[in-house]
Order: sequence, then C-alpha cells, then structure tokens
Amino acid sequence: MIGSPDVVAFTKEDDFGDSFSDPCSLPEEFSVPLFAHAANANPWTKTSFAKFSRDFILISEFSEQASFVGHPPGSNYPKLNFVEDSKVVLGDSKEGAFAYVHHLTLYDLEARGFVRPFCMAYISADERKIMHQFQELSSGFSKASEFLKLGNRKAFANELEKKLKDLEYTRSVLHKETELQKMNNGCYSTQAIEKANELANVEKSIYEHKDLLRQITSYPSRKRKDVDFVQHETETPGDTSVIDDTLNINHSDKTVETESESRKSSYTPQLIKGKSAKCFDKRLKTMEELCNASFFHQTLEQLNIIEKSFRGDLCLIYTSQIDRALLSKQSVTSFLFEAERDSEYGGTSKDFSISSNNPTVPILNLSGEPLSLESYTTCIDVDHVKPGVESMEGRPESSTSDITQETSEAADTETKGSFSSDKSIEAFGGFSPSSLQANYFDGLERKSKVSIASASENASGSVAVPQRTSDGNLVPMDAACCIGQDGFIFEEPLVELAQECCGDTVVNQEPLSLLHGDPALQMDYILEESALAESPNMGLTFSELNTEEVAKITIEDVSDSTSFMSASTSSDRAASPFTYGSASTLKKKKKAGHSALRFIRQYPFAQQAIFCLLSGRTLVILGVDEGTVRKLVNALFIFVPNLGKYGETVQPWLSSPFQLTDLQRWKLIGLQRAASPAGSSILHSLNRYSRYISILDCDNKTLRCPPYKGTLVSHLADHRTQIKRGSTYFLHVQGMLTQLIAKAFLYTFCHHIHLPMDINDQGSVTSRRTNFLLQLGYTVEESKIVQYLSELIKQHYIQGSSKGANQSFCFNYTTSYLYKI
Amino acid sequence: MLRWILGGRDAQGTVEKSAALFIGEEQPKNCFTEMQVLKGHFDIVRFLVQIDDLRFASAGDDGLVLIWNVETGDCLLELRCHTQQITAMTSYSFIRGRNAHAALITASSDRTLSVSFTQASAEVCCLLVLVRLDVWLSGGNELCVWNRDFELQCKTVHHSDAGISAMVELPKNFIAAAMDKEIVIFKLSLSGSDIVVMAMRHLADHQDTIHSLISINDGLFASGSHIGELIIWDSVDWTIQAYEHILWEEPAGDSQSEVKLKQIERSIQHMSSDGEYIVAAVGSGLYVFNVLMKSVVAYRKMAHDSNVLHTMRLMSCSEDGSVRLWELQDLPLPAEPASSGFFGMFGTFGRSGKQTGPPAKKMPEIPGLRSLELIGDLIGHSGAVQMFLSFKEKGLVTCSTDHLLIIWKDGELQSQLRSLAVFQKLEENQKL
Repeated sequence: MIGSPDVVAFTKEDDFGDSFSDPCSLPEEFSVPLFAHAANANPWTKTSFAKFSRDFILISEFSEQASFVGHPPGSNYPKLNFVEDSKVVLGDSKEGAFAYVHHLTLYDLEARGFVRPFCMAYISADERKIMHQFQELSSGFSKASEFLKLGNRKAFANELEKKLKDLEYTRSVLHKETELQKMNNGCYSTQAIEKANELANVEKSIYEHKDLLRQITSYPSRKRKDVDFVQHETETPGDTSVIDDTLNINHSDKTVETESESRKSSYTPQLIKGKSAKCFDKRLKTMEELCNASFFHQTLEQLNIIEKSFRGDLCLIYTSQIDRALLSKQSVTSFLFEAERDSEYGGTSKDFSISSNNPTVPILNLSGEPLSLESYTTCIDVDHVKPGVESMEGRPESSTSDITQETSEAADTETKGSFSSDKSIEAFGGFSPSSLQANYFDGLERKSKVSIASASENASGSVAVPQRTSDGNLVPMDAACCIGQDGFIFEEPLVELAQECCGDTVVNQEPLSLLHGDPALQMDYILEESALAESPNMGLTFSELNTEEVAKITIEDVSDSTSFMSASTSSDRAASPFTYGSASTLKKKKKAGHSALRFIRQYPFAQQAIFCLLSGRTLVILGVDEGTVRKLVNALFIFVPNLGKYGETVQPWLSSPFQLTDLQRWKLIGLQRAASPAGSSILHSLNRYSRYISILDCDNKTLRCPPYKGTLVSHLADHRTQIKRGSTYFLHVQGMLTQLIAKAFLYTFCHHIHLPMDINDQGSVTSRRTNFLLQLGYTVEESKIVQYLSELIKQHYIQGSSKGANQSFCFNYTTSYLYKI
Repeated sequence: MLRWILGGRDAQGTVEKSAALFIGEEQPKNCFTEMQVLKGHFDIVRFLVQIDDLRFASAGDDGLVLIWNVETGDCLLELRCHTQQITAMTSYSFIRGRNAHAALITASSDRTLSVSFTQASAEVCCLLVLVRLDVWLSGGNELCVWNRDFELQCKTVHHSDAGISAMVELPKNFIAAAMDKEIVIFKLSLSGSDIVVMAMRHLADHQDTIHSLISINDGLFASGSHIGELIIWDSVDWTIQAYEHILWEEPAGDSQSEVKLKQIERSIQHMSSDGEYIVAAVGSGLYVFNVLMKSVVAYRKMAHDSNVLHTMRLMSCSEDGSVRLWELQDLPLPAEPASSGFFGMFGTFGRSGKQTGPPAKKMPEIPGLRSLELIGDLIGHSGAVQMFLSFKEKGLVTCSTDHLLIIWKDGELQSQLRSLAVFQKLEENQKL
C-alpha cells in the first residue's frame, strides 16, 4: 500500500530536448508558450497557475518499495499476493495539480517478484473536483483496473502455461543428456553432476511455476456489483481453455483471441538454458501484452468514459450528475419526450464499441447547426481511439515495449503530451543492472546531459513537497480521509505561495517526486527517450502521431468550450458526452426546433397539427415533393410522444398505401401523393382510415383534423413567438412538454381517481377522471393529450420499455374539419 | 367528404351511395375506441368460436386454427391440422374424469375432422354439439353422429346431392337440418350405448334454398331462405308459427322496377336471436322481427353498402368491410306515409301492398314499428368482415377476408383496467 504523499504525475518532456534547452535563463513571465509541440510537451506549461488547461489521465508504471509483494529477492519460493488496489489523492499546489491516483499491480512472469506496479491517475487543476468526485472516480477507475487485472490474470496464466511447457521440454532434454553423461562418464563425473543439478533446478522451477499457476488460477472470483464483471468472472479459474472460451463469447474482438488461441495450440516448447535468463535481458511486456488485448481496449474505453464524464467544471459535473440521478428516477415518464439514455455513466462497453465502430457518418450528417460542433467533436473523440489502436495492432513484434506502451497511451485521448515513461523503473531498481544497460548509459550520457542537469536542479523543487506538507498547504489524503470531509480542502491556495512557486521553479518542468530525484531513475527516463530517438522508424511514427495529436487538441479545445456554452444555455444533457446515440437525436431535435419554429410561423393551423401529435392521432403529411414532406416531418417530430430510441414511431417518407397496423406503429407519416394507380390506392387508404388520422396536405396547404380549442398548445406553438433561435424554441417546447408530462404523471398515479370505490363503480371512476382533468385546468381536447400521455405511461410501466408486439391503438370518434391557410 | 384529397376527379361513387347512412366521425354512443390488430392468418378468416371467457379460436381458408387471448391479444396456440380450408368449427367442452376439457372440432375441405383426424367420407358443412347427449354431429352429404372420443356412432344414408347446410337441436333428441329447400327432422334414438339416427319428417315450405337455420328458444326455431322467406317453426310439432316474405323493393314506381327487383339481393344470409327478437341479415339490409308479437319491429333495407354476413344483437358486419352498431329507436310521429318495403304477412304472397314513394323508415300500418338507427361503425378491415364474436365488455372480435382479426375494445374501460394494473404493479413493487 502506498501511503506516502508521492507526487504522482510523471511527465515526459518531448524527445526534442532543445525545446527545453535553458528554461532557467528567462523569468517565468517571459517564457513563450512552446510552439507546435507545446500541446504534446509538458502539459503543465499552459496556464498561469495550473500549468495545464485540461484534466487528463495518466497511466504510469513505477517502482515503489512499499508496494513490493511476493518473491522478495532473497527468497526463492514464489508466492503471489492478490493485492487490493489502493486509491489516494495527491496534490501539488505548487503546480496546481491534484490527482486521484489508483494503484494496481499486474503480474508479469519476467518481472521481479512477478509484479509490476502501475498507477492510473486522474489529474486536474481543480482540487475540489478530485475531492468531491472521489467516489465516482474511484468506482470508474476500479472498473478500469478490474479490466486490466482480469486480462492480466488470464495473460499471466497463459504465460505460465507456456513456460511450463518449456520447462517440461527442457527437463526431458536434460534428462536425456544426464543419462547420456552417466553412460559416458559415470555417475560422479563433473558433467553428470552438473547436469543433475541443472535437472534438479528445472524440476524445482517446474514445481514453482505449477504452484504459481495454481495460485493465479485459483484467484477468488469475488462477487461484484458490476454486471459486466460478474459476466467476466463467471469462469472458474482453473482451466485456461475455459477462460479463453468465455473471452471469446464476451468479446467481439475475436480475432485477437483466436489468434492467441492458435498461437497457444501451435506453441512449440523451447529449451530453456541452464542459467535462466534474467528478466533484464528481455524487453518488458507492454501493457497490452500484459493484459489481454481486448481487455486492454476495454480499459482504454473505460478511461475514455471517465475522462468524458469528468471533463469540465465541477459545477457542470454536479449538474449532470444530479440530472442523471433525477432522470433515473423519472424513468416512468422520461421515455415520452426525452432521448432515451441507456448508456449511463460507464455504460456497457459493448455499446460503446459498437458506436465507435461506425461513429462518424450519422453524427456528422446531423451537424448543420452552429451549435452542433459538439457532435463533431464527439465523433472526433471516438475516432481518436482508432488510429492509436490500429497503430498498436499494426506494430511489428520487434517494437520495444516502451514505445508500444506510449503509443497506446497516445491512443488515449487525454494522456497525450504527458507520456509517462518510467515503466521500467522497477527493472532499474539498481540491484543488478545488466551489461546491456550499462552500455546504454555509456552511450547516452553525453547526449542527455542537459536533461540530467535540469532534472537534478529540479530535485530540490521536488524535495520541497513534503515541506509544504508540513506547512499545511498540501495535505496528502488517502481514501479513508477524503470522503466527505470538506474541511481538508483548502478553499484558496495561498497566493504568495503560488507566486513563490512560480518564482523559484522552472515552469516547463514536471514536478518530480523524491524518487525522481534519484539520478538512476532519471537516467532510466533519459534512456528511454534516447532509445526512442535512436530508432528512426519509431521516431517517424511518433512524430506523425504528434502532429495528429496537436490538430486534435485544438479542435477539442474549441469543442470543449462549446460544450460548456451549450451546457450553460441549455438544461439538456448534451454535455454528457458518453451517449452518442442520444446526443445525436438531441442534435437532430435541436435542429428540428428551427424547422418547427418555421412551421408554426408559416402555418396558422400548426396548433391543430401539434395537438394531433400530442393526443396520439396519427398525422399524415401528404405531398408530391419528398423534400417538402421530409422537411415538415422533421419540423414536427419533436412533438411526437414516445418517439422511440431510433424514432420508430415516425415514418418520414412512405410511397405505398399504409395498412391499419401502420397506424398503430407510426404517429407521424410522410406520404407520397402520386398520380399512379398506387397513388390512388394510397388515397383510398387515406379515405378509409380518415377517422383515425389527420392529414396535412402540403401541396394545397390544408389540414384536416379535429378541432382544437385551448391555450396549452397555443403557448407551445404561438406563431407570433418572440423566440428567434431554433434551439431556444426547442428548449421552450421541452419545458412546456415537461409541464405536460408532470400533469400526466399526476393524473396517472393519483389513485383516488382511478380506483373504484366499490364494485360496479366504473361510471363514477370515469366522471372522477374527467373532473380531475378539468380541475387541472384542461379543456376537453387538452384532456385528451393528458389521457394519451397517461396511457403511454401506464403501458410503459406495465410492460417495461420493451414494446409489446401487440400494442393496442386508441382513438376517438370526433369530427374533423378542414383548415386552410 | 374527402373530395379535396381526391382532387375532385375520382368520383365518390361508393361514398355517395351510402350517403344516407353515413354516420360521420362523431359517434358518442360508440364505445369501441381502442383496437388491436391480430395477425397470424395467411388467408381469409371465416370462423370465430368462443372457447371460454378469455379465449377464442379463429379459422379460415388457410386451414390454420389459432387460439387467442382476448384481453392481451396474444396468440396462444397455433393448430395446423388441415391442408385445406376449414368449413366449420365449433367448440366442445366435456368433462372427462373430473376435469373439464375444452375441445375444438373443425371440419375442412380436405375431408378430415380435427382434432382427431377422423376420416369423413364427405365434406362437412356444419357441426353441432349435443351437450346433453355428449355426442356431436357433423352434417354434410350425410349426417354423422360421433361420441366425444371421436368414434363414429352412426350415420344416415346418403341424401340427395344437396347436403346439410345447417343444423339445430330440438327438444326430445330431435334435430332439424336444412337441406336445400327442405328442413329435415331427424330423431336420435338411444338404446343403451347405441345411437340410431333416422329422418322423421321433411318440411318443404320454403321456395328456395335455406341459408339460415337458428334456434330461437326452447319452443321455436327459425329458417330463412334465399328469396327472403322467414319461417318460424314450433320446435315440438314442427308447425309454422309465422311466415314473413321479405321483399326489398325499389322505391321508384316506374316500369323498370320489375327488373330492378330481381337485382336486389334479399337472401337471408344470417339470423341471430336472443329469444325475443330475430335479427336477420337480408341482402345488404337488416330486418328485426319480434317473435312474440309475430311482427316486424324495424328494418333497414340498406344497412350496409354490401351484403350483410353476420348479425348479433343489433350489430351487423358486411362485405363492405365495416361493422355497424344499431339501436332501436321509437319513431317520431309520422311525417310522411311511405314505405319501400313490403311485408307479405303469413300466408300471403305477392306485391299487392306495393306502394310508391320515397324511402322512409316507417310503415304506419304496422303498429309498434321502430326505426333502426346507426349509432356507430367500426372501420378497420380492408376486406369483407366475415364474422364477429362478442366478449361483452371485454371486446368484440372481428375476422375478415384481409387475413386480419381485430379486437375492438372499450377504450375507457381498458384505460381503467390499465390503471388498476399499474397500481397493482406498484403494490407488488412496494412503491405505494
């Protein structure tokens, strides 16, 4: 467990060391923001106090003495500890950075003690956000961590199995050799003894690995609240083939699985040399290798979700959370006029992956309105994951682990510019550096002198962290103390201190922990960087990635501000970015607000048309020109109750005669008027079902529908409205409809008006219901709206959101009139 | 009406023909404000049979029998046992052991009777269950008697080429069967476990083919023929109690009337009775007859645009695809003496009482004549409505040539029931 207040965010400067050549020479205020690589370089250099403008998530591997578990250097019996994740809040008021840090350990057969500690951190300039959202952050990161750990256990078990095969093969070879030696040289010859010892070592190793395998596969499958996880954990760890099967079922990413499957089955054991290689001889596994690829991608998706849900101001997060909480309680009515939100926070990753597979086209199509920049970014965001992922997958096997890992981080939207690069810290713990390392150090020391210098300078700054803690400005908190204790949060960081910080430290450098002050660790950091630079191939991909990144960041920044803007002007949930489907319909609806506004200005009988839709009478828009009809459908669909997730209740363009069942299905139909025989049969069907439908003839500009008298809809659709903007009008409509829904809810769930006083009391129920609606101030016609909404609520409540195949269809026998312009 | 849609070009022929009967969209007395369309058949649906309070069966030309729940509209069961169209269907409930069994008997053109696949030697046109005797009869070219285990008990000898088209049960184990122009009275004699059926008498008073044969009450049954003869018979001694010859006539008194008269359909397609009144579907008209008074109560020559196929309790359905709801209303004081109809009273034929003049709903000479007023119509089917079945407050089921069934429900009542269901669910979820 980590209890000490380490500074968490490790950032890496760009590999172009000269951009940081001598930051000390200029006072802070004169330092120019770094061009081109600024976004990618130190993320903390951007703003005045907190040196980064946006929150980001950081994944980093690090070495921490306290966290060492199992297999300490001296002991040789491997024992795995299943360590709980630890969650801490860390802060650096000097940098204005606060972080929620989630520590987890992954198993790696080649790592010392078989463990590699990682941390995932959410870093924000807003201390209150971290503190107040601790629980949410914790649950979000726990989820991500569970993905990683689950995948890791499987990968580790696979690895162990392979290793066991190797060892067994080696044993058989050694056994033969020993026999041979005995035959040739006698039992007590040196070679024979040597071989026997070697054999014994292999035997022991087999025993140990078997034990490890037993341990990892007998990982207690705990019960979790998350359904996803129950699903994932259903396998009884013990048979890895079973595990693989479940993986295949659970994940669409089958190719990866089958690949590994085939690799596994066709695995040919290799001879392990007597002196088993040290782990340092090999490259360390990337995170993707450590965890199963599909789990890794799920983790990335989860982190994306976390980033999106905690993006922006705390107030916004609060608002959206309250909004969400309230909305979840309104499931009884929210289906009526609100976009259905099935993917709540941390929604099913399956949905997510589906949406990310084909994200751009539908969303982009809808972004014609000025406000819809947001949706544009949404698709950018989704898109964003892809290139990284692809490059990861497409990367040849020979790539070094660190690069792969960094690329994988680059794939994560928010970690760009802050690549933590101390993954192999643990390996460089300083206990037994390999000769290879020494060579690297020799070769690279000169090259990276500047960085070392700056790092050592910086060491003093980082040492200051605990001092400030004693001053009381920075309080380390762990999970236990920060929950619900506002007192620990400092309302205002001290200005002088902040100034002092600015004055005495170099801005462009990342804060370093005590650990980072360790030159050896710094060395490691540089090593990686230089290794990066030395590989031309990798460098190329990386720089390409960088430029992409920059472009994306600028777009995102813009988009972020628009999302704030829209959030401040509207109460809708557009700002919650993780519901792609609903966001798009919302976009659509906002756009429709504009069309609707035009419609009510243009057509004096707009109120009657809207009344029809609200009262559940199917409105048929009849016209020759498809464009005109579709435009009208688009203007009116926001008034269709229970629109459905995909707008199932609207048929924008129909050129065949409609059936009776279609009336049941569709509440708004665009119908082609044609002079063909088909057209006349369409007219015949219109004629036949005329009592169930209202007909808006957009060629003759007439509307045939029941009369409406009342003020409700005239408020909703006043052709003299002062509202100018479509989105504003849409919100006005939403507000009015919400009032209406509230009344419908009241009407539905007031039981004294619905329950008969005694048997054979139907008549009085009817009159009570009618009177109730009159008392609410509704006219007879308006009562029909409330009644219709109420019926929908009832049906929805009884049947659940799944629409029964056999819906009944209600109507009224009322005379229709013909309205003209 | 919809001329503005049709652009004035398409003549409103069909609309105007029934203009006099067009009720409009305002139907305050029509309580059927909710419909549920049931899909499942692939061909004309001809028969509906009520099984119990909740279930009914539908059958038709696709040979399928579907069992439905009238409340939910769910299809409960699909019976595929016939290869050709179904010609008759009846429900049959019996008690075996201590359990009540509900069975359906269907007869088909493929010469089988389900549920047992009993081989029938000829086409069966009608089925009759005698609950009292625990046997059932199938009528076609011959009359067969079956027990509840679908074993043939006995059958009559082959009749003429005219088969049995309808059967009613009479007291004392007698059966009346309509065969072309005759009504044949059969007697079932039980001696031990053996059943013997024999023809007792032939009643040949109809001038044309009998289409409809119904039982009115314990003492009376009625038959209706193709040319509009309605005869009410005594169930015990098989004597004629009343005779009506319905002649729909053209109002115009010109020389063409003779020709037109023949064109007017006056066949009695269907009759239904509640014991007091007989409602007869005559051509496209409706005819209400009071059995006790032996007099006509009300009639409407053009109740539908096309032939009426089924009637029940002042409801009628027709080839025009609609179901109409009627109400008997007392006539206002006579405004104009006129009649388009003529009623040959018992024993008299001909057209001696023929009058000319505009059509009216009233016939002053007949005391107590009331008018049949349209109070609502149900429009939904796009083909002829073959039959309907009433579940009282639970709704009305109609079947049609458009392969659909529709359950029409009282919207207000359904709404109240849904409210109750909501509160029940709330209670179950402990949210109240």
